[in-house]
Amino acid sequence: MTNHDTGHEAGNELATQAPGALPDKFADPGHPEHHDRLGDNDPKANKKAERQVVVLFAVSVLATLGFLVAYFTLPPGETPESMLRSNLALGLGLALSLLGIGLAAVHWAKALMNDHEKSEERHVQRSSDENRAGAVAALKDGAEDSAIGRRGVLQGAMISALALFPLAIVVPIVGNVGGDWNVSKFRHTMWKKGTKLATDPTGRPIKAADVTIGSVFHVIPEGLEEAEHPLDEKAKAVVLLVRLDPADLNEAEDRKGWSYDGIVAYSKICTHVGCPVALYEQQTHHLLCPCHQSTFDVANGARVVFGPAKRPLPQLPITIDDEGYLIAQSDFNEPVGPSYWERLK
Amino acid sequence: MTTTATPTPVEKLAAGTADYLDQRTGIGTFVKTFARKIFPDHWSFLLGEIALFSFITILISGVFLTLFFVPSMNEVHYDGPWEAMQGVQMSEAFASTLRLSFEVRGGLLMRQIHHWAALIFMAAIVTHMMRVFFTGAFRKPREVNWVVGFLLMILGLAAGFSGYSLPDDVLSGNGLRITDGVVRSIPIIGSYTSYFLFGGEFPGTDLIPRLFTVHILLVPGIILALIGLHLFFVVLHKHTQYPGSGRSDKNVVGYPLFPIYVAKAGGYFFTVFGVIVLMAATMSINPVWNYGPYDPSPVSAGAQPDWYMLFLEGSLRLMPGFTEFVVLGFTVSLNVLIPAMVVPGILFTLLAAYPFIEAFATGDKREHHVLDRPRNRPFRTAFGVSLLTAFFILVLAGSNDLIATHFHLSINDITWVFRVLIFVGPWFAFWVTKRICLGLQRKDRELVLHGHETGRIVRFANGEYIEVHKPLDAHERWLRVQHDAIRPLEIEPAEDSRGVRRKGYALDRMRQRLSQTFYEDRIEPVTPAELAASHSHGEHDAVGAADEHAPAALAGAVGGRQHLVDPQDETTPDGRNR
Repeated sequence: MTNHDTGHEAGNELATQAPGALPDKFADPGHPEHHDRLGDNDPKANKKAERQVVVLFAVSVLATLGFLVAYFTLPPGETPESMLRSNLALGLGLALSLLGIGLAAVHWAKALMNDHEKSEERHVQRSSDENRAGAVAALKDGAEDSAIGRRGVLQGAMISALALFPLAIVVPIVGNVGGDWNVSKFRHTMWKKGTKLATDPTGRPIKAADVTIGSVFHVIPEGLEEAEHPLDEKAKAVVLLVRLDPADLNEAEDRKGWSYDGIVAYSKICTHVGCPVALYEQQTHHLLCPCHQSTFDVANGARVVFGPAKRPLPQLPITIDDEGYLIAQSDFNEPVGPSYWERLK
Repeated sequence: MTTTATPTPVEKLAAGTADYLDQRTGIGTFVKTFARKIFPDHWSFLLGEIALFSFITILISGVFLTLFFVPSMNEVHYDGPWEAMQGVQMSEAFASTLRLSFEVRGGLLMRQIHHWAALIFMAAIVTHMMRVFFTGAFRKPREVNWVVGFLLMILGLAAGFSGYSLPDDVLSGNGLRITDGVVRSIPIIGSYTSYFLFGGEFPGTDLIPRLFTVHILLVPGIILALIGLHLFFVVLHKHTQYPGSGRSDKNVVGYPLFPIYVAKAGGYFFTVFGVIVLMAATMSINPVWNYGPYDPSPVSAGAQPDWYMLFLEGSLRLMPGFTEFVVLGFTVSLNVLIPAMVVPGILFTLLAAYPFIEAFATGDKREHHVLDRPRNRPFRTAFGVSLLTAFFILVLAGSNDLIATHFHLSINDITWVFRVLIFVGPWFAFWVTKRICLGLQRKDRELVLHGHETGRIVRFANGEYIEVHKPLDAHERWLRVQHDAIRPLEIEPAEDSRGVRRKGYALDRMRQRLSQTFYEDRIEPVTPAELAASHSHGEHDAVGAADEHAPAALAGAVGGRQHLVDPQDETTPDGRNR
């Protein structure tokens, strides 16, 4: 009651003052009172906390020993199951070994160590005026000693030397880092007139008769393995082969001769950023890139129907040889894959 | 009490060692200065520690991995215990990753620790950054340290990206292929940049060794140096503290480094490490033995990059393709450039520059060591939330295929929804957040002026009913009134007294506009006069509030007639404009 009265009177007192007499802001009431923990006053609680810390450290010791046992008795083995079993045993051992130490230390700090907050003063970061003046003077003295201000030619020579020497490091890096720097390789793939279309990854040539309507073949050029850099060549040359009902196929005038009996071949490298366009939907004749969902319509020159790609997939002109194997008529007539600045030059 | 005349052998040894070291390094002065240095305590300060400790975890597990990993793209045929890959052609990098998983005891555990720790490292950096942002811890004198932290985040991305690609599996290989597609879209130098990265055509044979050097030497070296700088600044500036009684810009309240933080932070390192190991023990991550080695032809549907790269993936997915065009025969792929370069460029530039933009709009040159409550800076909080909203919309867009398959929705519809949301979402989030902040500030004012509702209804003799309100105690009140209300800058008029247009007016005007955008909508904290006024007309609120905890020292808290506010701490509108 008395407490309350004090507050109430204080309120009244404030209310009767002229507003000008009050400060603009409230004042900081100062540090709040410290609240003791249970263990600060009860020796039993204190002892209990200590025991808990000891137990946690003991858990860590036992877990480390458990880890060692698991290491020697559980090899990863030959199957994912045995491997994951070993992983679980080792992992639980190590985790408990670490958590035991961690939780023990934190519990110790929170329950047993002195928890009275302390206060320390801060100082502004700025140096004192004397120190600033001293710093300026020191630099001036140094500049004076070197006389750099009065020696213009020396200054220029020094700057030139320092500016030029990194070239000796940068030029060899730039010169070598890009291989032969022959970026025109983007334009060509290893497809040429007469190259047989082969299945990926077995490399078996494909007969036109084996391609049924609606089926999809992942195709590489025959002889890919013999290329100098098979992976680089494959990254450009992979093709998707689809046979459509010729009635469904709409071909541009200038590409009438590029397909064979409803069989069309398109570059598998997305024209957006180069993922393999691998998902074919038979009903709609749509090809979907799983990376960014560019969708291409195979029945209509692989034009883009949705997504971030702009250009259709390049088409590989194909035909058959005497034995009925599918072969390329030529290389692609444009660079495959993502766009780049000088693509059309 | 323990200091006795005859020191024990251990004490003698310790004293001898200390003497030896001090005579050669003067370490005594250092220990005296730092051993009992005060740090404030708050759970949110642990976020930065998680980042630091997960980085140490990454270093420890990473050293283990380097002993067995072979950073080579030479092709070999697999010959090992894993049946499914028997005889398959693969790079030595992939083969050694399989060996690490199947044949090196504890190797899989270390791989999974390394990967989980990397994900947590990035998550901790981002949440730590959010804490620093929303509490205004980046203000003077800590702007430079914000930039250091920002660089650490970018380097974290670089470390994650370079490491993710090292196993040379089909998933990360497709990630590299996307990288190739993205750099090729750069005008003029795109193709050359691609050759620069890959040492020729994609994929070539140079990339894995190069990424290895970047991943284990270059990036971690710089990260370590910057972490050193980051922590040096923390010690130099002393840690920020949350507002509260007894805490000001001129002090730091907390516990001493030794023993409290030696035990707490030391223990926390083991805890973070332990939790990461627990994750690695129980949750499979990046099981590359199921994916197979990199091959340019196959790709798996529903593949996702690590979470911190998802926003770029989402950005790429949302961009419509028609934005690619040809000018003078040169191809400009805005459909790739905008999402992969411009969008992250904008996000990151805003983030890095924010402290400087805010300081410019605020015109405040003081040092700040007491943190802001996010509600008290509505513009900043709303701006941060809107950046995060944009980020998370992009993250979700990067998972649009999984959303489509899990919720049986059309992927085209989802993409369209995100295309709209990326413009509307951040704006809406800004508006809502700002309103919430202002609402919370109003609630603070209400509480300070009228106190807590007690649920006690009192009937007066004249029949009037009132609910008794319990006034806030001095500490509760201080938390709600301690901040400064920042007002928009006021500038000098365009023309001086003689009607001559002054120089620099245009810049000042722009600055004023910016300042108005930041601070036009604001709720100012209750002043003692306002509280007094509310007591005078709402006096019966306190009638019968027979509460033991009623304010003991209202007069003291209000400061009576003393002028307790340091004049230097006062901000006047005209004082801020110079």
